[in-house]
Amino acid sequence: MAAASASRRRPKREWILPTYTGLVIAYLLIPIVVMMLFGFNDYPGKFNFVWEGFTLDHYRNLFEIPELTQALRNSLVIAAITSVVATTLGTLIALALTRFSFHGRSGLNLFIFIPMATPEIVLGVSLLSMFVAIGFARGFPTVLIAHIMFSISYVVVTVKARTSGFDRSLEDAARDLGADGWTTFWTVTFPLILPGIAAGGLLAFVLSFDDYVVTAFNAGATITFPLWIYGASRFGIPAQVNVMATLIFLLGVAYVVISLLRERGRSAAPDPSEA
Amino acid sequence: MANVRLEDVSKAFKSAVAVDNLTLTIDEGEFFSLLGPSGCGKTTTLRMIGGFEEPSSGRIWLGDEDVSGLPAHKRDVNTVFQSYALFPHLSVAENVAYGLKRQGVAKDEIGPRVEAMLELVDLEGYGQRRTTQLSGGQQQRVALARALVNRPQVLLLDEPLGALDLKLRKQMQLELKRIQSEVGITFIYVTHDQEEAMTMSDRIAVMSAGRLEQVGAPQDVYELPATSFVASFLGASNLLEGEIEGTSGEVTKVRLGVGGTVTLPAGRLTDSEGPVAVGVRPEKLHIQTTNSSEVDRGDNAIEATVVNSTYTGVSTSYECATSDGTRLVVYVQNLERSASPPGAGAKVRLTWDPDHTFAVSKARPEKT
Ligand SMILES: Nc1ncnc2c1ncn2[C@@H]1O[C@H](COP(=O)(O)OP(=O)(O)OP(=O)(O)O)[C@@H](O)[C@H]1O
Ligand SMILES: [Mg+2]
Repeated sequence: MAAASASRRRPKREWILPTYTGLVIAYLLIPIVVMMLFGFNDYPGKFNFVWEGFTLDHYRNLFEIPELTQALRNSLVIAAITSVVATTLGTLIALALTRFSFHGRSGLNLFIFIPMATPEIVLGVSLLSMFVAIGFARGFPTVLIAHIMFSISYVVVTVKARTSGFDRSLEDAARDLGADGWTTFWTVTFPLILPGIAAGGLLAFVLSFDDYVVTAFNAGATITFPLWIYGASRFGIPAQVNVMATLIFLLGVAYVVISLLRERGRSAAPDPSEA
Repeated sequence: MANVRLEDVSKAFKSAVAVDNLTLTIDEGEFFSLLGPSGCGKTTTLRMIGGFEEPSSGRIWLGDEDVSGLPAHKRDVNTVFQSYALFPHLSVAENVAYGLKRQGVAKDEIGPRVEAMLELVDLEGYGQRRTTQLSGGQQQRVALARALVNRPQVLLLDEPLGALDLKLRKQMQLELKRIQSEVGITFIYVTHDQEEAMTMSDRIAVMSAGRLEQVGAPQDVYELPATSFVASFLGASNLLEGEIEGTSGEVTKVRLGVGGTVTLPAGRLTDSEGPVAVGVRPEKLHIQTTNSSEVDRGDNAIEATVVNSTYTGVSTSYECATSDGTRLVVYVQNLERSASPPGAGAKVRLTWDPDHTFAVSKARPEKT
């Protein structure tokens, strides 16, 4: 009896989890799939909302709209610079926070969270009033300054997760084997915290690339990708935006897959002398 | 020739003095152990020799060179860390090659030297593996190879076998001894396991609370402990308090607190009068029932009562008490089946050779 009912119940329980997981994944992916699909839509006129037929025209004429291309270029350049600068500074702060006990360390630890905890609109407005107050013209440089500012905190938190669990005896071992401080950092510390740095860098890039609120307040005449799309939405968003978004999404997926594969290859490298 | 010399080395941390006025000389090619309980400053001493910790005062010499102010990477010393500290992002061979690369050894020389070293520690063919895929014992060998490949003047080992199970420990003890005699490098070996120190070392330094208690060959430290701490840390010991009565020729007489006198070789006492504690190891004591036989001429003897006895197969251990309550432990080898071993409550006489008597400077038996 008991065995029969158990075996009857088990298949039921077995498909609940996959179904649930499938639904969640669908929920996450459907908007992206729709976005990708409409990149292939052969629509007449301005509004790309109804499926009319398949075309590759938008891929062929990807850079047909000069303003959009310029906005994308601006966003990519700003995101790249933000990512490099914020990752460098953030990594150094994370190292300092985990390595050294200095005066005001706990204060700094708290301070790092402020930009993350502040609503973006507040950040945007305060930056704007500061730039106005000191008479600094809004434009490309102010966007960069703003993006670097709010990205650093995220980098610090990401890298710190890696540095705080770091086994210091590894650095002792390197010094013991004849490496000076510089060599120790580049041959031992850096390779081991690199995954954290890479994650922080990617995060900073993405945060900068898609930021609208802070940018809108501080961009002046500079148009970024999100600013352009928002402006265009009133007249109809061209399918080139879908195509660009699709390509960026695929690049992001490729990055994640590659780093996952590398991680897996590292932990489960085939063992030549066993088996 | 002196290889490592510590002169009045002290290390004070904010909270405590970890090493207190340590003076030590370690000879070339010696297997030298630092032995002591947890927190006595062994690791700190080792880290000062390695250059990871700066002494608060005192000097450290390596050969003829004063290395006191020299940073770790400039000292001709290598360390096997307690946690092994293998680089997880490098393969076994790359770990071993790390030091050679730092020294700027030619590329085509590195490969063969790494191979030879892996062979020495029985890890041929493991070069391409990741260190995270190795067992504890194998990781330990990699750590050893990584240090030895640099051919340092001195190898420092901080409880290198602490993380291994007993069987592997025993095996690695022999292995380490073999490797040390093969490479002929001075080993300074930290352990809190007295048996390990005894079986492996040429000489042992016993430390307690940052201070040096005694230095000597294993037999000397065991047979003739200089302090009550050493006596109780290295195996069981029986200590009896008394007063020096006097010395005639080669023999000193000590009047015991419980009554009676015992004798010991004159050289074993530092003082010529005043209170002392004399001791004897449990296996050196003989037990006889009081009524049966007479005391051998010249033997030390003391009357006691058996409190309990424990049969352990190879031997039987008796716990006895003297009239003033001092506990004495006696190990008797079970060479033949005794018809009537003394049971609890039996009055016995404990005797021992005066030559097996030692005296400790501090007259405070350690309570353990
Ligand atoms: N970096 C440090 N800061 C403050 N105190 C320390 C530091 N390192 C060690 N100590 C203290 O110095 C004393 C000696 O420590 P040490 O690590 O040398 O002991 P040990 O003999 O190696 O002990 P164990 O057998 O447990 O490893 C301890 O009381 C310890 O708390
Ligand atoms: Mg220690």
